[in-house]
Amino acid sequence: MENNKKQLRIALRNCGFINPENIEDYIAHSGYAALASVLETNDPQATIDVIKKSGLRGRGGGGFPTGLKWEIASKNHADQKYVVCNADEGDPGAFMDRSILEGDPHSILEAMAINGFCIGASKGLIYIRAEYPLAIERLLIAIKQAEEAGLLGRNIFGLGFNFDIELRYGAGAFVCGEETALIHSMEGDRGEPTFKPPFPAQSGYLGKPTNVNNVETFANIPVIILKGWEWFASIGTEKSKGTKVFALAGKIDNVGLIEVPMGITLREVIYEIGGGIKDDRKFKAVQTGGPSGGCLTEKFLDTPIDYDNLIDAGSMMGSGGMIVMDEDDCMVSVAKFYLDFTVEESCGKCSPCRIGNKRLYEILDKITEGKGTMEDLDHLKNLSKVIKDTALCGLGQTSPNPVLSTIENFWGEYVYHVVDKKCPAGQCKALKSYIINPDLCIGCTACARACPVGAIKGEKKMPHEINQANCIKCGACVEKCKFNAISIK
Amino acid sequence: MSVKIHISQKTRTKIEEICESFSNNTGELINVLHKTQDYLGYLPAEAQEVIAQELGISTAKVYGVVSFYSFFTMIPKGRFPISICMGTACYVRGAERILDEFKHLLKLNVGETGADGLFSLASLRCVGACGLAPVVLVGEKVYGRLATDDVRNIVEEYQNVGFTV
Ligand SMILES: Cc1cc2nc3c(=O)[nH]c(=O)nc-3n(C[C@H](O)[C@H](O)[C@H](O)COP(=O)(O)O)c2cc1C
Ligand code: SF4
Ligand code: SF4
Ligand code: FES
Repeated sequence: MENNKKQLRIALRNCGFINPENIEDYIAHSGYAALASVLETNDPQATIDVIKKSGLRGRGGGGFPTGLKWEIASKNHADQKYVVCNADEGDPGAFMDRSILEGDPHSILEAMAINGFCIGASKGLIYIRAEYPLAIERLLIAIKQAEEAGLLGRNIFGLGFNFDIELRYGAGAFVCGEETALIHSMEGDRGEPTFKPPFPAQSGYLGKPTNVNNVETFANIPVIILKGWEWFASIGTEKSKGTKVFALAGKIDNVGLIEVPMGITLREVIYEIGGGIKDDRKFKAVQTGGPSGGCLTEKFLDTPIDYDNLIDAGSMMGSGGMIVMDEDDCMVSVAKFYLDFTVEESCGKCSPCRIGNKRLYEILDKITEGKGTMEDLDHLKNLSKVIKDTALCGLGQTSPNPVLSTIENFWGEYVYHVVDKKCPAGQCKALKSYIINPDLCIGCTACARACPVGAIKGEKKMPHEINQANCIKCGACVEKCKFNAISIK
Repeated sequence: MSVKIHISQKTRTKIEEICESFSNNTGELINVLHKTQDYLGYLPAEAQEVIAQELGISTAKVYGVVSFYSFFTMIPKGRFPISICMGTACYVRGAERILDEFKHLLKLNVGETGADGLFSLASLRCVGACGLAPVVLVGEKVYGRLATDDVRNIVEEYQNVGFTV
């Protein structure tokens, strides 16, 4: 997908083009030049101003202005401060940060050192998922090479600035992507969030001022410094500058990582970059923002993608998961899928999230089992609101979004499940029945032999019949029938 | 649920060394657990007790951390650990049906290891191979674009290996 002219590589500029295990290669591509110029200028506030004016906003999901965050951390005085790179990448179905870490690890080290100089920190920590062994290996190599080259460690470039970087490992907990939880996890504790304020910029790792940024946010920093804030601010929309990396997946022909300027439309992403919907099925929705986000329907296909528009449309930018769904996807099941994730990942510290999400899941499950009532739909809406209003951290505060957004956009589909006891997409097992059309069935017995539970009866050369009470709806018979006699109703 | 074992003096010494390499620092508990799990393959209660003693904290604190993080496990994995990706991209391409088929064929639930120790079943969230969805890992080997029919072949492939060695 590299050559598509709709794409623009800033964060991914070096991925696939340089050897990530060779620092010379990075240096040959202007690597560490931004750090050198920042240290030579020797004016932290001037660098912070460049980042502020560039309009860069956090790519980890929240979209907080990066320069402002640095400024706050720089103004909090302490004997020790920390720079943390959030490489926990928890959204299930996204791997933007991993690709950057594996393909261009030095750019993250360089950006963290720049950040350290700006806020007055001499120590950087990368919190990375243990599930990313290759990224870990490449980072360790990169850190060693940078230290040997005098680009990390003591007296960098001989200009008196000291900065070193260590790794801290995650252990498979989505909530640890939340910055306060991440800090507790780095301290060796259970990764449970705590109330903000205090923000990490005031009291973070070991109680010291800490600046936390996402991998992709950091990846933008060196280029902004080299090419200037004017260049960066000229890309994108009024309030969202630069590009965003998305992991495009689902029912689309070309799946994979893409990097596009802010302001591109979903239609361009899906049809021009993604090559359109797979097997020429009908487009139904795009899910962005992962378990915290929502889905966007056809009416938003021409909306420019940026932080604010996505929120207005009932979803969010998130970290970059973009899942395309077609007419065969059941939106109640999609909501249930995300709730299943949230229930599993809730840290359990606060009851709205721990108990409320479990109840949401149970109601959705009941609906997909064909046992839902209209009252349940009211419960879904009310409970979602309560959870959003009362949960402690961002996980719980956003977990009902997939439910609310599918209810908002696909109300009819919910009602159809509840009142008609049917799943229009044919995905909810309990709501479908397999029927043999006696006019098409020639009695070849292929289906009866395929059925794992012996639910199909019939004489040879006579139309067969499915015993609905025994059928487990596995679909094996449909695949075996050469005469298209079995259909799903 | 944990397997009750008696750890050997050798294992105990190894765990003590791991703790020592992190200066018995409580803040390094997660790193200590990672290294111990690398060594033993899992974190039995007895190993957690040794770690607690070495770091000077309660076993409950160690267990609290072990049970919080899904990467840490208290039961040994099978010789061929099977992990089904249940990330969003795999989900929309039918991962649930693949998982059901494995459960059915292996007669195991997610998080279980078979009595013969050959297979264990787990679910993961996005292994970063979304282009190949739905994806299954057996050990480190990646199987992509799977249909339910492929599941039996995969299981048989490893059953045969399991019997010949
Ligand atoms: C439940 C939850 C999970 C999060 N997961 C991640 C993550 O995986 N990666 C990330 O960079 N930020 C994640 N965040 C956002 C972080 O808390 C934080 O805002 C971000 O790392 C700040 O960096 P940025 O300003 O550069 O985006 C998560 C937030 C919440 C509430
Ligand atoms: S909202 Fe959920 S994840 Fe966040 S603190 Fe409460 S229980 Fe934990
Ligand atoms: S769907 Fe499965 S269980 Fe039902 S009749 Fe067909 S083969 Fe048998
Ligand atoms: S969702 Fe399965 S590999 Fe990404």
